[in-house]
Amino acid sequence: MADKKTVPAEAHASPHFVVPYATLRNVAFALLGFTALTVITAQMHLGWAAAPIAFLIALMKALLVMAYFMGLKFDAPLNRLIFACGFIFLSLLYIFSALDIFNRIPQLPTL
Amino acid sequence: MSTGNPAAHSDHTHHTAHHFRDADHEFVTSKEGIWLFMVTEILMFGGLFVGYFFMHNRYPEMFAEGASHLDWRMGAFNTVVLILSSWTMALSIHFIQTGRNDKATKMLLTTIACGAIFMVVKFFEYKAKFEHGLLPGHFFHAHEFTAPNLAMYFGFYFCMTGLHGTHVLIGMGLMVWLLKRNLRGDFNEHYYTPVEGVGLFWHIVDLIWIFLFPLLYLVG
Amino acid sequence: MAAHGSNYINAEKGLASWFTTLDHKRIGLMYMISVLTFFLCGGIAALLIRGELWTPGNTLFDATVYNQVMTYHGAIMVFMVIIPGIPAILGNFLLPLHIGAKDVAFPRLNLASWYVFMTGAFLAISTLFTNKIDTGWTFYTPYSLKTSTAVVSMVFAAFIMGMSSILTGLNFIATVHKMRAPGMTMLRMPLFVWGIYSTAILQVLATPVLGITLLLIAAERLLGVGIFDPALGGDPVLFQHFFWFYSHPAVYIMILPAMGIISELITAFSRKTIFGYTAIAFSSLGIAAVSFFVWGHHMFVSGQSEVAGIIFSFLTMLVGVPTAIKMFNWLATLYKGSIQFRSPMLYAFGFLFLFVIGGVTGIMLAVIGLDVHFHDTYFVIAHFHYVMVGGTLMALMGGFYYWLPKMFGKMYNEFWARLSFVFIFVGFNVTFFPQFILGSMGMPRRYYGYLPAYQSLNQISTVGSWLIAIGFLISLYTIIQCLMSGAPAPANPWGAKTLEWTIPSPPPHDNFDVEPIVTAGPYEYR
Repeated sequence: MADKKTVPAEAHASPHFVVPYATLRNVAFALLGFTALTVITAQMHLGWAAAPIAFLIALMKALLVMAYFMGLKFDAPLNRLIFACGFIFLSLLYIFSALDIFNRIPQLPTL
Repeated sequence: MSTGNPAAHSDHTHHTAHHFRDADHEFVTSKEGIWLFMVTEILMFGGLFVGYFFMHNRYPEMFAEGASHLDWRMGAFNTVVLILSSWTMALSIHFIQTGRNDKATKMLLTTIACGAIFMVVKFFEYKAKFEHGLLPGHFFHAHEFTAPNLAMYFGFYFCMTGLHGTHVLIGMGLMVWLLKRNLRGDFNEHYYTPVEGVGLFWHIVDLIWIFLFPLLYLVG
Repeated sequence: MAAHGSNYINAEKGLASWFTTLDHKRIGLMYMISVLTFFLCGGIAALLIRGELWTPGNTLFDATVYNQVMTYHGAIMVFMVIIPGIPAILGNFLLPLHIGAKDVAFPRLNLASWYVFMTGAFLAISTLFTNKIDTGWTFYTPYSLKTSTAVVSMVFAAFIMGMSSILTGLNFIATVHKMRAPGMTMLRMPLFVWGIYSTAILQVLATPVLGITLLLIAAERLLGVGIFDPALGGDPVLFQHFFWFYSHPAVYIMILPAMGIISELITAFSRKTIFGYTAIAFSSLGIAAVSFFVWGHHMFVSGQSEVAGIIFSFLTMLVGVPTAIKMFNWLATLYKGSIQFRSPMLYAFGFLFLFVIGGVTGIMLAVIGLDVHFHDTYFVIAHFHYVMVGGTLMALMGGFYYWLPKMFGKMYNEFWARLSFVFIFVGFNVTFFPQFILGSMGMPRRYYGYLPAYQSLNQISTVGSWLIAIGFLISLYTIIQCLMSGAPAPANPWGAKTLEWTIPSPPPHDNFDVEPIVTAGPYEYR
């Protein structure tokens, strides 16, 4: 009896994709632009906002590298999920440790 | 198996391993394997970032003092160098995919050169630290400093940049291997999996630095 | 087409053909020999511990040596036996067979994993001859930073073995995703594969954090970085967070494959399809996921904040739910099944009994109030031995006896196999049940000496360890006798339904002459 589930889904579309030259160039310039931006904002006196802003700019750069240089935008969704898991589970290390560290009641002063 | 690209010599045509259905099957499986490995790199480096974050939170002045010894211009320059190297790495794949292996060779060479420039700048940064006694842990012997445990900052600095630098060197080594194989004609628009893999690795190296640069040099 | 009589063992001759093999079945056997050898080493350390604890004072050696022996028992058993154990041996052998594939996704990486594992193992063993460590397998700071023993070598050894674990996990994930035979959907895979797959996810996600933690210990010792050392302004509890982020999922790396084996044994020896296949499959993923949220239950008395403690306690109890789902589904499978008490099934029953005790005592330990009393006592030791030995090792033995005919093409002597089970099962309970009582009475773990009031239970426990040793020696004899003069095994001695039983025993080099086309689930008994 023929079984509907025998043909693998990947048999039809090609997994190869070529990121256009112009796209790569534009992304590179955007990355350089963001780098300049982060250096400029670092010189400004932003107080408590300095760190989150620097992180956000870094995040934008990272997303560009992941999407276009690493090709995740054009790649299989599973690979996106796999890579995202790295960051998600890393955040667990941070979140639960923070749950401890930021709720401690200090008994003795640190150094 | 099609070998339409004249640059590929037939005696180095890649043979798909027999346990795969076809070349495409091998390609997507290999890619997934590489992505799985990249996840481990994120988690490993990420641990250092988490540790840095908590210690920074505990000793904000000490970390600020430590960061004041870093030259943000060298850091920014190295950031530019790595971004360019990521671009050229992506281009080398692009050129192989579009049948221009000679241009790919140039891009690989440029990427390696960028890595070398990065390491040279790193060398000068480290040299300056060594000269001022700004070393990790029990090797710390600077003269004028305020925070009593400033040595911890440099422990983090050397561990994080050191681990990153090690990956830069490994990446450069892998690219030399790719260069050899590309010159030999191993790669073409149908087979370039190792270039893809090394490329992903190199982009991770760039990714780590994208976060390391503001963390160490700008925010402090 | 495989030549008649040609199988993966005799397909190529000579030792070199083994050391350069890309065949997942051969690699599984190589891991089997390595892991069983390390099990022997760890087991000898266990006998030494129990021997020393026959009396409260110096029985065999002094306290310094005791700290070393207990450290090596833990480190060898954890890093060199139980974590690699089932995935590297049975996972390697069976995974491609179970999904109808010719090999794993990356055969060369598979061989490399073995070499990496052996490199780490040799480095670890070498410390026995240079400067034995005494930190306990958990390397807690600040002691691990101060002790003048070979900690750096050992953490590098563990780092290297961790890399092997990562490579195996990565290989298995890609294999399950991409190498399944036509018609083998995820929900038609044997539950052993779901167990190995969930384990592989843990191996890839958790091990890297162990990696960086170990490197940081080395950096602390060599450079004095100060992140974990309170004398330098560091946080020793942060070390514990980093360490247990891996080491808690690690215990699920130990148990999930075992649960996969139990699913296979229960269904085969009840001759009945598994009850609740989908629930069991997803519970494996569920356990893997939740395992990342609970590590702080190792740290209730460490100085961790109460807020974190309460949250970790609640989440830990949650992990009992998917585990219980499995237990109930196995029991439901047995109900109205046609049960055969062959030796693999005896081990499966042993698992059901012992793992429940281990699991329930785990839930007890999840309650903070109880844990304050039980932490660092023998209660904890009894708990984790019930789940690791009563659970994983029982399942591994059951799996060995189930798949031995397939792996070697020979049947073993059922009487001796059953006898080994009796000795191991009885011996195990005699060894470890008294330890629950000792722990409740307050006997601390990792201590060389103890109060005289604890002596009789300690002696009972020691006698139990000898019974376990006899049981394993009987098993060793059974296996050797099987290999030397066992009756030839048919392709399917158990009448089971998964794909490995459709090919000869031992299997041919390329597994399947014709790629199987799967049209049904793995347990279509009736």
